[in-house]
Amino acid sequence: MGLKRNVSLLTGLRYKGQGPMLTFVLHRIGGLGMAIFITIHMLSSFLGGKGGVFVNTIYENWAFQVFIFFCVLFHAINGLRITILDLFPKLIEHHREAIWIEWAVFLPTFGIAALVIISTGLGG
Amino acid sequence: MSNQKTRTLSLSQRGMTFEILMWYFTRLSALAMYALILFGLIGGLIMGARNQMNFADVMRWAFMPNVTHVQSTDVPDIAPWASTFWKLTASALLLVAVAHGVHGLVVIADDYIASAGGRKIVRLLSVVMMLLMSAIGLYILWTS
Repeated sequence: MGLKRNVSLLTGLRYKGQGPMLTFVLHRIGGLGMAIFITIHMLSSFLGGKGGVFVNTIYENWAFQVFIFFCVLFHAINGLRITILDLFPKLIEHHREAIWIEWAVFLPTFGIAALVIISTGLGG
Repeated sequence: MSNQKTRTLSLSQRGMTFEILMWYFTRLSALAMYALILFGLIGGLIMGARNQMNFADVMRWAFMPNVTHVQSTDVPDIAPWASTFWKLTASALLLVAVAHGVHGLVVIADDYIASAGGRKIVRLLSVVMMLLMSAIGLYILWTS
């Protein structure tokens, strides 16, 4: 609304930040997803009642579980990469390789877990 | 400026501000959460999670070692899971996680709020939210 950008939205969308930009965006989505989920989860167990039961049916849905597992796992693994690179600045030279290692850890771990969650969710 | 000279300067002269302090806190609290979650995971396995819980329930316990997270499992006696030891561990994890999370929300808000006054209001609200969520969390942990 009152926000003034130096670039147009179209230019912003065309920004090619590549791998590092992708991890930045996913880290934000993961962090926000967890913050919202944990806040609702704590409030619902604090207040209880009908609202709490309704919120629980959302948590038990397989699609939600895949989403929140993505948030937690990506945020944790990407956060560990950021922490390691920031605390040992000499490694920043290899930050693109670090992102490749990150995906090599994340994709199989998330893939197998998501497959299990979805197959139990659909197969019962 | 030589390395020796930098070391003799005071923290504020080296540019230590609240923002830099929180930059360190974000990274160190991430390591602390890794340690606490691993601690909960190992503790759960020692208390018999391997035979009495499925993997999802073990992770639920590890991410927040609260006794309500094991109530729907096959664990025969939940007394050791409800001990003061685990309540203290869970409290530590809660306080670190709430501070890390609320500061993360402030960082995101700072990127999208153009006015300095707006950012100040968000900071004020974030302190209120941090204290409120910590209090609610501690209440849940110590009364469950």
